[in-house]
Amino acid sequence: MINKLVYATALVTTLAAAPAMAELKVGSIVELSGPGAAAGTNFRDGVKMGFEEINDAGGVLNEQIAVTEYDSQTDPQVSRAMVQKAIDDGVYAIMGTVFSSSTVVNMLVARQAGIPQFTGSEAPSITSMNNPYIFRTAFGSQKGVPKMAKYMADEMKVKKVAIVWANTEFGKGGHTSFLKEAENHGFEIVADIPTEQAQSDFSADIVKLKGAQADAAFVYVTEEESARFLREARKQGVTIPLVGETTLIGHKVIELAGEAANGAMGHVGLTPDANIPAMTEMVEKFKAKFNYTPDHNAIKGYTAAYALKCVTEMVGEPDSQAIAEKMHGLTLKAADCPGVLMDVSWDETGEMSRESFFVQVENGKQVVKAVLPPN
Amino acid sequence: MAELLQLLISGLAAGSIYALAAVGFTLLWQASQTINFAQGEFVMLPAFFVLIGMTVFGLPLWLSIVFGLALALLILGVAFKRLIVEPMLPHGTLPLVIATIALGLLMKESVKEFYGATAQPFPAIFPQTVYNVAGASVSVQDICNLIVSMLAIGSLQLFLNRTRTGRCMQATAQNPAVAEVLGVNVKRMVLYTFLINAALATIASVLISPIYLAKFSNGETLGLVAFIAAIVGGFNQIRGALVGGLLIGVIDNLSAVYVSSEYRSAMPLILLIAIILLRPQGLLGTPEGRTV
Repeated sequence: MINKLVYATALVTTLAAAPAMAELKVGSIVELSGPGAAAGTNFRDGVKMGFEEINDAGGVLNEQIAVTEYDSQTDPQVSRAMVQKAIDDGVYAIMGTVFSSSTVVNMLVARQAGIPQFTGSEAPSITSMNNPYIFRTAFGSQKGVPKMAKYMADEMKVKKVAIVWANTEFGKGGHTSFLKEAENHGFEIVADIPTEQAQSDFSADIVKLKGAQADAAFVYVTEEESARFLREARKQGVTIPLVGETTLIGHKVIELAGEAANGAMGHVGLTPDANIPAMTEMVEKFKAKFNYTPDHNAIKGYTAAYALKCVTEMVGEPDSQAIAEKMHGLTLKAADCPGVLMDVSWDETGEMSRESFFVQVENGKQVVKAVLPPN
Repeated sequence: MAELLQLLISGLAAGSIYALAAVGFTLLWQASQTINFAQGEFVMLPAFFVLIGMTVFGLPLWLSIVFGLALALLILGVAFKRLIVEPMLPHGTLPLVIATIALGLLMKESVKEFYGATAQPFPAIFPQTVYNVAGASVSVQDICNLIVSMLAIGSLQLFLNRTRTGRCMQATAQNPAVAEVLGVNVKRMVLYTFLINAALATIASVLISPIYLAKFSNGETLGLVAFIAAIVGGFNQIRGALVGGLLIGVIDNLSAVYVSSEYRSAMPLILLIAIILLRPQGLLGTPEGRTV
């Protein structure tokens, strides 16, 4: 009995004396269920792949990154609770959420705790609240929509526009941004059609669109709704240009809408079809690992992981406060931090800026029509 | 006029599929006096069975549909009855209702886990050809969906009213004890009801998935709309479910254009409240008393 006690004590002492496996905790809080699961899963997988690569290459500051996943259930209140849980678990940075309606709610918790948060959301309101801890991984619509509206005015010579938008925080952001740009470019808004999240039947919306006699339609709904919208538009013989953001012409939309996606066009911040070798390589690795083609949300998650790595190493320690301060006004060059794929900058509000693309879907592929400079 | 025609045709096509799902509510109500809150997921799941048949086993579409139907009959019909309904029913209606809610969650999360969270394209079983009829774009798919749904519900109605088995099923639904005394094999009749529900769910799934896409969460909206359709039409009448489904489909489309796009999803709920207040048994339902 005494011998057993001695051995046990020796074992415990030895284990306690051994150096602990150091690790840095990151929370990945995304929409893994509910209507946002498609976007959230892509973002989560991008984050996962990014940090796995980082860990395989030695981690950050010689420490491994432990990513804990939390499901926001596409519910703002649940997302808020999950952000709090991640903070209680000791994370030093947060990835997500993607849906704007969740991010506007949960970012207040991260702000209170002083934890930097890399969001995939695009609603303008997110970076207009003077939150020093929020950072985008894609353009807010107030950045993307002006580029697109300028292209519509200058290149497409559009005068009368119909707007089809999702009646969500995300959609309202795009809607507001477009109305502002429409005023700047003198567009006449001939139809303003809100739609519901997870809407299945767009026949009535297309009927309204057809009756509006517009030169073009600005379509700002999420991916799966975009696919259903494009199919119905094709069925009812809509011939005007359908212009949107990544959510109208992303790869998932093209896969779901099939031939109906051909002809749709718009602005994308990140496209696997851009002629950028690092992007192509990332997409191929992602496809091999997860067995599906990543959309822009996966690329957002992947680049966010590398942005956090590079900034943490620039700061020299996993200090949440110092990282948030460093991010403001920072430019990460792809040459120095290859995982960000393209040169990228963040301003004082956490808004990001980089080159982007105007693309059109032709034969089921995004074809880059113009490279748009950062704004 | 063309606009109205377009809205009516699209509304009827969508409504006919709501009706198929709504019939499931009425069937199970009659068979087990319970509400199957997993009915939306019952319609969601067979599409994935078909996709598994095509992608995993490399079967052609029609054979995959047969494969999907067989799996649906087995899982949503036989297994649902044996593993959930039979053990839970003796404990009362409420535990069974809660069990169906849990089953719905299980089915949804399982599809998400094993097949993925993103929507999947589903092949159309009818041609995508579109014809111009009096200015309205009418697709062969919409018309075929409407016809197949009507045929399925009509055949069911005929089967229940004109065949010996159908009448035995009705007798079982109305009073199982008396039916048994009269020599009806009650257990078998109840099983038939569950099998028919599984078959109808498969038909609805195959018809709706090319348009709605196959996604784990499809059952959420569909189940709710079908539930409302069943109440509006009359929960204890198959023809009520049909009328309720078509009505909801048409009202949804008309209200989006002529009332407000923003409040279109409120319209079926307003109709539901009105029906509950003015005609609780539904438009075609019959008043039904139960001891509690």
